[in-house]
Parts: sequence; structure tokens; C-alpha cells
Amino acid sequence: MTDVIRTPSVPKRSQRGTLRRMLRNPLGILSLSLLALIVLAAVFAPLIAPFDPNYADVGNTLADPGGQNPLGTDSAGRDVFSRLLYGARLTLLSALLCAIVAIAIGLPGGLIAGYYGGPFDSTSNWFSNMLMALPGIVVLLVVRAAFGPSVWISMIFFGILISPSYYRLTRSAVQSVRNELYVDAARVVGLSDARIISRHILSVVRAPLIIQTALICGVAIAVQSGLEFLGLGDPTAASWGSMLGDGFNNIYVQPSLMLWPALAIGITIGSLVLLGNAIRDALEDRRQIKAPRRPRPVAEAGTREPAVVDDAEAILQVADLSVGYPNADGEYTRVVRDVSLTIRPGEVLGLVGESGSGKSQTAFSILGLLPRTARILSGSIRFEEAVLVRDGEVDVNAVLGIRGRRIAYIPQEPMSNLDPAFTIGHQLTRPMVKLLGISKTRAAERARDLLRRVGIADPDRVMKGYAHEISGGMAQRVLIAGALSCEPDLIIADEPTTALDVTVQAEVLDVIRTMQRELGVAVLLVTHNIGVIADIADRVAVMRQGEIVETGPVDEILRRPAHPYTRTLMASMLVGKEPLMPLGLSGPATGAETSEEEDERQRALDQADMQQPLSPAAETILREDI
Amino acid sequence: MLTFTLRRLASGLGLLVVISMLTYTLLFFSSTAIARNILGEQATPEQIALKEAELGLDQPLPVRYLGWATAALRGDLGESWFNGEPVTQTILNRLPVTLVLMIVSIVLVALIATALGVLAAVRRGRVDQTVQVGAVVGDAIPGFVLALVLVTIFAVNLGWFPAVSTIRPGAGPEAWIVSLSLPVIAIVLNYVTSSAQQIRSAVIKELDKDYVRTLRSRGLGEREIVLKNVLRSAAPAGLTVLSLQFIGLLGGVIILEQIFAIAGIGPLFITATTVGDIPVVMGLTIVAVVVVIIVNLLVDVAQGALNPKVRLS
Repeated sequence: MTDVIRTPSVPKRSQRGTLRRMLRNPLGILSLSLLALIVLAAVFAPLIAPFDPNYADVGNTLADPGGQNPLGTDSAGRDVFSRLLYGARLTLLSALLCAIVAIAIGLPGGLIAGYYGGPFDSTSNWFSNMLMALPGIVVLLVVRAAFGPSVWISMIFFGILISPSYYRLTRSAVQSVRNELYVDAARVVGLSDARIISRHILSVVRAPLIIQTALICGVAIAVQSGLEFLGLGDPTAASWGSMLGDGFNNIYVQPSLMLWPALAIGITIGSLVLLGNAIRDALEDRRQIKAPRRPRPVAEAGTREPAVVDDAEAILQVADLSVGYPNADGEYTRVVRDVSLTIRPGEVLGLVGESGSGKSQTAFSILGLLPRTARILSGSIRFEEAVLVRDGEVDVNAVLGIRGRRIAYIPQEPMSNLDPAFTIGHQLTRPMVKLLGISKTRAAERARDLLRRVGIADPDRVMKGYAHEISGGMAQRVLIAGALSCEPDLIIADEPTTALDVTVQAEVLDVIRTMQRELGVAVLLVTHNIGVIADIADRVAVMRQGEIVETGPVDEILRRPAHPYTRTLMASMLVGKEPLMPLGLSGPATGAETSEEEDERQRALDQADMQQPLSPAAETILREDI
Repeated sequence: MLTFTLRRLASGLGLLVVISMLTYTLLFFSSTAIARNILGEQATPEQIALKEAELGLDQPLPVRYLGWATAALRGDLGESWFNGEPVTQTILNRLPVTLVLMIVSIVLVALIATALGVLAAVRRGRVDQTVQVGAVVGDAIPGFVLALVLVTIFAVNLGWFPAVSTIRPGAGPEAWIVSLSLPVIAIVLNYVTSSAQQIRSAVIKELDKDYVRTLRSRGLGEREIVLKNVLRSAAPAGLTVLSLQFIGLLGGVIILEQIFAIAGIGPLFITATTVGDIPVVMGLTIVAVVVVIIVNLLVDVAQGALNPKVRLS
């Protein structure tokens, strides 16, 4: 039963695979080997060390390396090499103790807080914040003053101090999966909370916990040796920190004394940090997708006739446009293929197709706003006299010259497209001041006027407000006003109504239509909704899998759709009509191949998303630098 | 905004009360051997009892705490058990050096880290790789070890900087500059890459947001968008990192001052801890917590000013 519940939404990789990937990473091997060496040195210290770490040969202080003392002796005549080995014991054990204490507090705390929420969550959050607000070394000095020089007590306290890093990590991981469907399903099936937590939730936090532990151990070692360095540790125990202190006191006499403990500390912490990074990389399995320098000419491109329709009246001409994303093979997966379209002044062109058909990518190409990884592979884009793209080469200055002033943009998701940190008035007036060269007061006047025209009754209040203070429909009106503010000749509207409530959709569409008629501006309307097209467009271009399959006047296309895909789209829209065919299965020519292509395209797009920075929760580690 | 600030202030004061009670309990819980420490091994039990009565150690803990707290509210943190000097004055004499060291360092860290982080996020490529590698190296080397390395090379071997601070009461600005340069460099080197890394992540996260695309579509310049819009939205994340670093630095300077022989609160704290001069330890802890509370308050207010949403929550 529970097997059914497991879904791919949690990346579940076998530990073995992760280990293998980690070992393939040279830094992973290096750090593991170094750590293994240090652990061995610590375990077998009594066997390897030539002397007792506290045996002091008073007649042989600050000796140079050589003879009985391979690394020399310290200011009390103790053997440096032996002390270094025994110091490894103290260091590793103290780091371990700190990590265990921190996990013992942070992990259950985070699990309970994240899973159950409620008063426990708020109380433990308060404690977590309080602990994080404490300067660690100061607390440890207080602890030292209270309890005396015990490294173990210090490390227990430091474990408590640093436990919020585990707590926060666990809590946020649990919160993110608590409401996943498979956890709900497990609950419905009647699994006990303990079972759900151990089976579904612990597996999510396990990997970040390991990474965090590596880093925490490093921090603990730094703090512990810092305290020992200051002479606040147990004077009878050999430690790297106290050796450093001894070396520092004798820096003019025997400078090499500082070298060995400093190296030991640096290498140990360095290995732990590298280990953490190696595990993280292995888990993320970040295959570096490098964009090929020169996009390879696409072989099939030659098979098609160039579709340049030199329409003298058109303000926008897109010819043979292809857009691609780099894939793992070092090539580009094309998400837009040889797309050509034209728009005349004052015309509304509907670009319709289902999601992933490449219509938004086409629109972004015109504005030069493709995501960072995407690339225009071929084709040209011309806006009136300005050549924005010539044979796949983008003319950045030309694009910057038309943006906002000549071609404006209305986005899909109204809320996320307003800057949350600035007032709406500021966002509306800034482009006008810059592009139209008018004064701020004048721009504010214009903004108020525009807001009124797009149907906002109280423009003053809206202009003073922030994005989070207005509704989605209101925000979309603001964005339409923003698009119109610099009197563009063409507006590219990317699914302008999709994210809105159905009732608001009609209103917003109405605003676009009214403004288009009043101002005579051309519109490229990108949508998956053929009903919207029927409502507002003069001409329509139907896109599928990156290609335009059909284009023509709206009346004609809607009345006599030539391409089966257009019929499918229409069938999916028109109420009360039998669907002709299931979506996506439009003819014998499109079989298994097509879906593979689709998969590949989806992968390419997914990869583009993945290249956004991952913010590994492990980085939230509370760094207590000393 | 005012209620927001007042609420933060109240929670800071609450923290101060809780911490001072905890610290006081912790410190006096184990201060039984203090009288012997002060008087030395030869002290008779009578002398010890007398000393304990003199220090108020024979009173119940809550009474002593209340006495301490009311005096502390008047600015009187008591007297050192070892040299009888007033704690408040001792700390006030030493605090300026420490604060100057911390503030100069954190301001430099903020400036350099912001520049590096933004460059790395916008340009990617080599700057980015340097920041990433630097962050790993910075994590791997503890600050005090780095400081020791710098002292060895630049003060002991090359003699470019004094190995012992020359800041004395009434010292001129050159003494400050010469004495604090190396410690500031040590702190900046140690902190800057990890902050830059965090700022880079925050900037990249903002750059990928929809509103940035819309701002670009409006014809605003890339530089203007990055420096004005993106940086403003990324600033809260950066401020959080810097405030955490500043708090961490409060501990870090204690060790650094010892290494560079700067007469700030660090050496005072270490000596007081070693000998068990509880009033001094208590006083320094309270000062540290007050600094933390002030920093957090300032950061909270700045966050509120930067992000209108914070003010509501």
C-alpha cells in the first residue's frame, strides 16, 4: 500500500549512487582520505606517538625538528608530534560531541515544530531566534567562568547554541513536504505520525543533515581550538589550539611551532567543508550544462524555404526565428522552430497554442527578454526600420532602443510582475521620466490619467500603495497602464488574463480591447485560450511544438481551420461540442516520436529552470566565526 | 513603523532580562571557590567567610540578582573582585577600540561583499568562480588562524605593522590606523567571501523574478535595475547575513584583540574569565547582549524601511 504512496516529488536516490558520484569528485576523495587519515592518527595515537603528550623534557625546550622529536619540542620540552596526534583525538571528539548535542536538540525540535506547527512551533522559534542572537564566544567565556576549563562542557554548550541550524533546516524541510500529496495520502491510509515521519520525512532531511554536520563539525573545531588558543581550555590536555598559543608566545624563538597545529586545524576544517560541498554536489548531481560557443547550424534548417514575407506595411516582422536551450549533449534543443510572423500597425495578432508550444519564447525573443540560458539560433526580427535580430545575432542596442518606448509588454502573472519594494506610482512614473524625458510631476499626472483610463477609480490611493496592497485584477490594470505609458506602437501581451479570476478576466480583456481601439496600438496577444482570440484578435497564428502550423484572419481560421491541431484546440474550447480528438493526438504523423520531442523540449525548459541557483538549506548554517 | 520599532525594542529588552538572569544564575551557581581564589591558598576559613559576606555571596540568589539589576539600570555594573575598579568605567575605557574595530571591519565587509556579490551574480564567469572558491576557503580557515598567519608574515617577518597595538589613551589617529589595519584586514578577508556568496545568491534570486523582466521591458537600463530595484530587494538578505556576522564578530574580536594585543574588551574578558572575576564577566556579557540588541533593532528597522511588507507582519 505504501509503495503506491511514494511519488517522485521527493528526489529519492540511493545512498550508493550518491556515494559513487561523490567519489568521482576529486575533492570528495581528497577530503574523505584526509579525514580518514586524521581519524586514524587520532585512534592510533598511543601506538604512533613516541612520547606521552605531557612528558616534559625540561632540558630540551623549543628544540628544532630532528632526532627523537620529529617536529621538535615546545616551550615546556614536550614532543610536538605526540601532542599533535593526541590533539587530533581531543579535536575530533569535541566536534563530535558538539554535533551530537546540536542534532539531539535541533532534529526532534525541527520535526515536531515543522510537522505539528502550533504553539510548540512558535515557542521553539522564539528559542531558536534567541540562541542565534547570542554571540557564541561570549557565551562560552561565561560558561568557562562558571564551570571551569572543560572542553566537553564548552562543546555541550556550543552544541546547544548551534542547534538552531539543525532546527531550522529540519523544520523548513518538514514544512515543505508536510502538505505534499503523498504525505496526505499516507495520512489518509492511516499510517501513524511516527511512521510517516520516519518513512517519508526523515528521508527528506537526511542528506542536508549530513552536509550540515560536516560544516558544524568544522565550526566546532574552530571554536574549540580558539578557546584553547586563548588558554581557556584544560591545561592538562594536548590540543591544537593550546599548541598554537604556545607557538604564538614563542613566535620569535621557534616560529615552526605554530606551523603544525595551524596546518592540522586548517586541513581538518578544510576537509570537512570540502566534504560537505562534495556531498551537496553529489546529491544535486549538478551536471554542468555548458552552452556551446557557437550554436551548431541546424541540419534541417535548409530543407525549408525561407519564409520572409516582406510586408511593406508591417511594423513587426519575425522571420525564421529559432530559439534553443542548451542540453546535456552540448547542443541546443530548439523550443521555437523557424517561426515567421508579421504584425501591421493597429492590428491584433493572436498567437495561440498550448503551454510549451513556444509562444511565450517567441514573444520574449522580440523583446530581447529570453532567459539567460536561451539563445536565438537563427532568424531575423525587424521592428519598422530597426533590425533587432539579424541572422540569429541580437543587436542589443537596437533592442534597448525599442523596449518600452516602441514595444511594450504586459505580463502573465500580475502580482509577481510588480516590484514589491517600490510604490506603484514610482514604478509607473520612472520609465516615463526616463524615456519621455518629462518631469516627475508631469509623469505622475500622466500615470493618474492612465490608471483612470484602465478603470481604476482612485488612482491616487493606488499610486501610493504597494503591490501587496492591491488585488490581482487591479495589478494587471496597473501593468497595462505601465505598458501604455510611453505610447508604444506594439504591445506584447503574454497570457494577460490567465492568472486572473474568471470574472476579472473579461474586464481586463475589455480594457485591453478598449485601449487598443482608442490608441490604435498593435497587439501581439499570446494565449492558450482560443476564445480570447475569437474575442479580440484580427488575425491568428497557431503554434504547436515550436512551429506555426496555421496562420490567417481570425474569421477564416475559426470558421475553416485547416490544420487538425487548430481543430483540436477549438474543440477543446467550444462549449457543447463533441471533442474531435484528444488533445495532442492530432494525426497519424504524430506518434511516439512527437512525444519524445515534447519530452526533450520539456527537459530543456526544466533544465533552464534548474539552472537558477539552488539555495541549499545547508547554507543557512549559523557561522560562528572566530 | 513606530509600533513596529517599539515592538522590536520591547522584545529586545525582554531578551536582555532573560539573558541577564540566566547568566547571573550560571555565574554565581559555581562561584563558591571565588573567595579562596581572591585571597589565595593560605586563607583561613574565617577569612573566606568574611570575604564571601563582603562580596554578598551569603545572600540568596534572587536577592543578589535584584540588587545587581537595579544597580545595572543606574549604569553601575559593580566592582571588580580582584582590583576593586568600577566595572562600568573599565568597560567604557576599552569599548571604543573594540567598537571601532568591529564597525570599520563590518562596513568594509559590507561594501566589498556587495560589490563582489553583485558582480558575481550579474557577470558570472571568473568573478563568480573566485567568489565561490573564496567562500569555501574562507569557511575552511578559522579567523584566528588567518590572523596568526597575517601577524607572522606582516608583523613579525616583514615588520610592516606593529605586532603590538600602540593605541593608548590619548593616542593620535596614526596609532589607530597603524594598529588596526592588520586586524581589520584579517576580519575582512575572513568574512568577505561568505557574505559575497550570500549576496550573490540573493541577487541571482531577485534577477530571476518576473518583475525584473517587466522592468527591463519598460526600457529601464540594466545597471539602474540592478543597483536600484534588485539590490533593494536583495538587501534584506544581505543585511541578515551581515548582522549575523557582526554578532559573530563580537566573539571574533575577543580573540583577535588578544592576538594583536589591542586593549579592547577582548583581553579584559579573557582575564576576567580565567581568574573568575564574575562582576566583570557579567558586565561584559550584558554589554555584548546590548550591542546585539541594538544591531538587531537597527537591522529590523532597516528591513522595514527596505521592504514595505515587513512593516505589516
